[in-house]
Formats: sequence, structure tokens, C-alpha cells
Amino acid sequence: MPQDITLHINGESRTFSADPEEPLLYILRDEFALNGAKYGCGLHQCGACMVLSDSEASFTCLRPCSSFDGAKITTLEGLPKNGKLHPVQQAFIDTQAAQCGYCLNGMIISSVALLETNPKPTENDIREALNPVICRCGTHSRFIQAVRLASEKLNP
Amino acid sequence: MKDPQLHDSSRRSFLKTSGHLMIGFSMLPLAYCQTKGATNEIPPYLGTPLRPHIDNKLIDSWIRLDAEGYLTVLTGKQELGQGIKITLIQIAAEELDISPDRCRIINSDTGQTANEGFTAGSNSVEGSGKAIRNAAAEARLYLLKLAAQKWNTTPESLSVENGIVISPKGDQISYWKLLEGKYIEGTVTGEAIPKDPKKYQFVGQSLKRDDIRKMVNGESHFIHDLRMPGMLHARVIHPPSYQDRLESIDLAEVNTMAGIVKVIRNGSFLAVVAEREYQAIKAWEKMKALAVWQKSPIEVLPNQLTDSIKSTSGKSEEVKVVPGITDLIDKSSISHSAEYFRPYQMHGSMGPSCALALWEENLLTVWTATQGVYPVRGTLADLFSLDEEKIRCIGVPGSGCYGQNGADDVSGEAALIAKELPGRHIRLQWMREDEHKWEPYGSVMAFRLSAGMDSDGQIQAWATTVWSDSHSTRPNGRAASFVSARYLAKPFEFQKGGFSAGSYRNGIPEYTISAKQLRLYNYSGPLRVSSLRGLGAYGNTFAMESFLDELIHKAGKDPIDFRIKNLEDPRAIAVLEKLGEKSRWNTRQKTASNGFGIAYSRYKNSTSYFAVLAEIEIDNASKTYKLKKLTGVIDSGLVINPDGLINQTEGGMIQSASWSMLEEVQYDQDGITSTDWSSYPILRMMDVPEVEVHLIDRPDTPPTGAGEAAMGPVSAAIANAIFDATGSRIRDLPLKAEKIDWEKV
Repeated sequence: MPQDITLHINGESRTFSADPEEPLLYILRDEFALNGAKYGCGLHQCGACMVLSDSEASFTCLRPCSSFDGAKITTLEGLPKNGKLHPVQQAFIDTQAAQCGYCLNGMIISSVALLETNPKPTENDIREALNPVICRCGTHSRFIQAVRLASEKLNP
Repeated sequence: MKDPQLHDSSRRSFLKTSGHLMIGFSMLPLAYCQTKGATNEIPPYLGTPLRPHIDNKLIDSWIRLDAEGYLTVLTGKQELGQGIKITLIQIAAEELDISPDRCRIINSDTGQTANEGFTAGSNSVEGSGKAIRNAAAEARLYLLKLAAQKWNTTPESLSVENGIVISPKGDQISYWKLLEGKYIEGTVTGEAIPKDPKKYQFVGQSLKRDDIRKMVNGESHFIHDLRMPGMLHARVIHPPSYQDRLESIDLAEVNTMAGIVKVIRNGSFLAVVAEREYQAIKAWEKMKALAVWQKSPIEVLPNQLTDSIKSTSGKSEEVKVVPGITDLIDKSSISHSAEYFRPYQMHGSMGPSCALALWEENLLTVWTATQGVYPVRGTLADLFSLDEEKIRCIGVPGSGCYGQNGADDVSGEAALIAKELPGRHIRLQWMREDEHKWEPYGSVMAFRLSAGMDSDGQIQAWATTVWSDSHSTRPNGRAASFVSARYLAKPFEFQKGGFSAGSYRNGIPEYTISAKQLRLYNYSGPLRVSSLRGLGAYGNTFAMESFLDELIHKAGKDPIDFRIKNLEDPRAIAVLEKLGEKSRWNTRQKTASNGFGIAYSRYKNSTSYFAVLAEIEIDNASKTYKLKKLTGVIDSGLVINPDGLINQTEGGMIQSASWSMLEEVQYDQDGITSTDWSSYPILRMMDVPEVEVHLIDRPDTPPTGAGEAAMGPVSAAIANAIFDATGSRIRDLPLKAEKIDWEKV
């Protein structure tokens, strides 16, 4: 049965009525018209649906929305600060790290989460952090470049 | 010149007969901006008025200047992630001397753009790019003539700077002021000569893609992101396997579920529509569990596939025949033959296919991520026995893969569902298992190669036999090319076509060999197939360049040197020479645990040249290998956007590495068992090789498509590197480590 649920999304407290078992992904897309997180597999296998949950890259396509109660959820749309893109977002543009771009959300969210805990990652750290996200167009080498660039910008 | 608001009779009648042209167009800005006097004030882009496409010969079909301060380019080609938007903008901006940041582009929409068939075969730049270049050159001449008339001078005396025409005396007027709010009526006559490549300022620059900025921001970009007023969500419950038919389903429980708007059952086509997406998914799960299917097993099983394909009955296609070639090969000093195999491989788009459809007053609008809006429109017309003019297909980017995924099928299904709920926008997205199980795979292929060499290592004769299923079952105007049309109560019968050409693409070696033979057997296999990046060129090049490596090894020659000595085309030689130089081939450090493999091909034997080096490292203890690095060199003629070309080539190399090392669709008699990313793994970040791409730019040679050039050579280069490292020759894709004879290493 639908219930009133309150979640903290992109710096705001948002209340909505939904089945508490409904995965967060559909709430973000259908309730709040956010495009960043996407449906990819519904199995937590591909990373298309990722958001930051208290700075951790988290899958949302299976996990019930109610389980995010109390967490600070940041979606791709919530990354810019004061009208300026997050340095990771900017680095993805600067390195043109995309082809079709369906994986970008998961790649960017995972990169932001990595740099928050590990500001100067090695190539292997980057590969490990981005491994949960798949990319079919083969843009991987550019994601590594983008994370390196963002790391340099964040920690000159 | 025509006033865009006063359409001529043909335009008017089109608008009258298909008055739905405006439907759902809230996604595109339509406000029309009247021309103002100022020449250097740039207003915001307010879009270009919707005008139906009339004829490919009209300048207006490709180039529009009716949004003040902006150039709008139109193309029938879709953005697939290959960067076609920026590439075509660069071409148009160059001819018209307008800054590319003041250019916009409309891709594939039967209501607006030209019919350019499919976005496929790496021919968007060759085809659409050429049409846009010619139309833009013609538009420029048209505008210069207007200005020349105004100033009583000649068009040749005028110059253009960012859309402003300048006379020798210093008079200035913008394109938009010249047009006074009217559109260019002229046709592409061929009178205008496109710009000399030596004068290019935008072509050849690595300009950035605007769609990447949008995606990074989470702006609406994908078909999955479209939201329409009152939109409903649908899911289709596909049969467990191809030949299964719906026996019964008790819908009582489903009808009471929250948010269910409608359950549709038409023969074995089963769908559900709900208010919310999650409600549709819950109903999909429930219906999947409740449906009772009449089962029909798949007859040819995976372990029978190689025998099945090679025992294809029927006549072969004699693509190129040399009488007595078998004798010639047998009598050579060194003669060799070998057989190779390419399994079914998946497109595997990360985002399952999605489409939107709306029926209103017997008019159908479909938002589709297809590679061909016109072919999909024609196929929808057949499905509904409806006049094509009553259907509009609007192309919207989908999730990439470079080939035919489920995008066409889901478009047909969304339309079938929307027909049951007129006036409502229906959004249908496939679930992960729908995409994995129902997309048309890259075709199964088998190859037998034989060749004879003289004692100096010169190849005398080369004979190839290819067995292959079709490489194109794309929408062709017959409803059954949409998979679900085959499951309706009155099913459409599918007739497989698309055999031949795709199957023997790159089947004949370019090397200097006096006798070359190619024979093809067309096979109809157990799984659904259609176009995957490169079509048959992937398998053919894998077999050919692996086999050549075997011959080179037998003759004791160097793989780069041998290829160079046996090629005549200087561009082919140049990519190999550059590869040798950039990879420091001659000073490579061969150890007991590494291996190097070379491969080369000219895609379609007629477009881009690509040579590649693969470096692998083996681990004897764990009996595994790792692909360390791929170095590629590509020549695709004139380079329009160097970084875009590098990006797509890097991607092709990595995608091919994934296919070649890991991928094979699994199934049993009950259906496809590769249903997700754990049962069909693809290359992930930890295992992706380092990639390095070098370009050879040829400004005086027309650009050729580059998107598929890397696929075949990379597979052979990896196989050749495995042989170099282990002495094991793997002839059956994928190149799994368990196929290596580790005892021999």
C-alpha cells in the first residue's frame, strides 16, 4: 500500500506517496523527473541506476526507496554547486568521455564517490571503482583519463 | 525565396492530410523568430518552423536559416554515439562560414528530414555528409548572389565571416537579413563548388559534442527520458522462447493490481499498461509467472551448431571462382588449410530498448531510437494497413551498441499497445531479459580457408568458403520484421532476407595473390539475427588475418613486413608502416610470458584502412591471459573531427576485444540462457586494455566511414598474440583462455 515517504534528495527534503518497496530509481525518474539515474538491468549488475547515497555510489534499480530513509541522496543533477558543474562532470566534457552516453551517470557517480575517499587514485584504483559500471561503446580509456583530470583539478 | 509561413501547395496538402505533424512536438522548440535589423545581436535559438521534407534535391531539405542567427542542419541519420551531430555541423558550418556554436541539427524525423535509409555501414559521413556539404555550398552561393545583386557586384568578390557577407567596399549584411525571414527555395544543382580543403577552418578540428554536455548534466537526451502529458507505462510479456505460443493466462489477479490500466492479449502478444512504471513492472512479473505457454524446443543446439552450419544444403553462391584452384593449392610448396568459427554475439545495449507511441484520430506518432525512421514507418504502415502519410516516426537517441538492437521491435510493440488506448502516450521499455533474449544477434558464421605458397613465401592461391546466417533482417516494409508481429492472433509471416553481401564482406583478401576464390553458403540458424557492427567483415577478417598469420609463421616471415610486401595500395602500406613505427615493432621485448599479434584490413575492401597490434600477457599459474594494450592506426581519408575519430576507433577496438575474448550467446532447447550481464559477461573496466590510436589524415581524399573498421582486425590480432605467447592457435571465437593448450606453453 502506498505510504507517505520522505527522502533527502539533492539537498532538499522531498515527500511523496509510494509503495515503500518501489525501487528508488522509479521514484527519481517518475516522481521527480530526474534523468540521471537510468534503468539498465534491474539486477544491480550494470550501474546505470547509480546515485550517491551519503557519498557512496549506490544501485537504485532493486533497492526499495524506503531503505534510503535518512541518507543524503545525490543524483547526477545534484552534483553542480553554485551553478558550476562538479569537476568530475567538467572533466568528462573536457575529455569527451562518452559515445552513446548511457553509462555516463554510473561512471560519473562512481568517479565522484572514488575521489571523495581517494583524491589521488592510481589507475588500478580508478579501474576498481568504475568496474561495477558497464559501457557497451568501449569508452573506458577516456573514463580513466577523465578521473585523472578531475583528480588533478581537485588537488592541484 | 519563400515565406516559411506561406507554404506552397504540396506542403499545404501534406500538412492537411497529415495534420498530426504538430502532435507531441513539445520536445522541440517551434517559436518562429522574425528577422530583426541588427546583424550582430544573436538572439537565443528558438528552433526552426516545422516543415515537411519534400525532396532531397532542395537546399531546404538539409540547410535552414530561418532561426535568426543560426544555421539548422537536417539529416536523415541518427546519433548513435558516433558523434554524427557535430561532424555534420562541422561540414555545414565550413561551407557557410558560420561558427559551429551557432549551428543546430535535427536528426531523422519522417516529418522533417530526408529519407536516408538506415544509419548503418559507416556511411553517414560519406552519404549525409556529402549531401549536406553540397547543399551548404549551394546555399552559400544562393546567398552570395542575393548580396551581389543588392550591391551590384559579383558573388566571387564577396567574402563571409560568421554568417555576415562582406563586400570589397566593406558593406555588411547577415544571411538572415538577406533572406528577410524567408527560406531558401533553391535546389542543389551542382553549380556551387564546395570549399577547397586547404581553406578549412572548422573541418579538421576536434570540436566538442554538445550532447555530451547535456548528458553530463542529466538533461533529457535519450528516448528513455521523454515524458509526455498523461503518459502511461507499458511492458510486454514475451514468450519464453521463439516458437512458444500462449496457451492460457488467468488475468483475474492482474486486473486487481494497483495502477493497471489495461491488459492486452492478441494471440501470443501479451502486454500490460499501468499508470506508473513500477506498477507495470510488478504486473509484468506477475503475468510472466501466470502465463502458460505451449512449448516448442529449439532444434539445433549449441554443440550441434558447427556441424549444422557446415552441412548447409542448397547451392553455394560463387562470389569469385577460379577453376582448378584446389589443384593449385595442393601442388604448392607449402599448402595449408584451417577452419574458423564465429558464434552468435549480442549487441547488448546497456539501456533496454524503449519507444513511445500515440494514436490520435487514426494518426500514429512513434518516438523511436531506430537506425532508420523511414523503414520503420513503412513497416508500421504494413502492420496497421495504414497510409504511410498517417504515420510520423521521430528519431530520438537510444542506448548504443552499433547495430540493430530491440529499438525497431519495441517501436512496433508500442504502436500496437497505443492503438488500444487512443489519445494516450504509451511509453514501452523492455526489461533486461527482453533485450538479452529478443534482440537479433550478430550472426553465426563458419569459415574454411586454404592457401598455397611457394618456397619463397609468396602466396599463390587462396580459397575461402564462408557459411553464414543473414546479417540484415532490419525493418523492410513487411510487418513481420517487427518480432511481435509474428505472435499476433493473425500473425505476419517472417521471410528472412539480407543474405549474401553482408556475409562475404571482406571475404576476399586484398593481398597480392594471383588466384583468389570465395564461395558462400547461406545458412538459416536457430537464433534470431540481424546487423551487428561490421556485419560479416568481423568474422571474415578474424578468419583471414588469423589464417594469414598461420601462413606467415609457416614461411618464417615478419607479420608487418610480410603484409607490406604483399600489398600494393600505398595507403594500406602506410597504416602498417606507421603501426610499426608507433609501436616500435622492431625493438619489441618478447619474453616468455608475453605475445604480440598484428592484423590489418581495409573495411569493405573499399573504405577505411586499419592496422592493429595486440599485446597480451599470460599467467601460466592461473592459466589465464590479459590483453594489455591495443595500438591502432586508421586512415579514413579527410579527417573531419580528429578526436571524434579517435574516440570511435578506441571504442571499436574495445568492443571488438570484448566480443572476441568473452562473448557467445548461450541457449538450450528451452530458449536463450544468456539473460543478463552475469550469464552474458562483457569486458569491464578491470580488464579493458590500454588503447592507443594514430590517425593518418588525407585532406585531399574524401572521408570514409570509420566506425566499423577496427572490429575484424582486433579479433585476429588478439588470436595472433595468443599464438605468439602460447603456441596455441584458437580458431573458434571467443578466445577463451581455457582453449589454450597450457601443456604446450
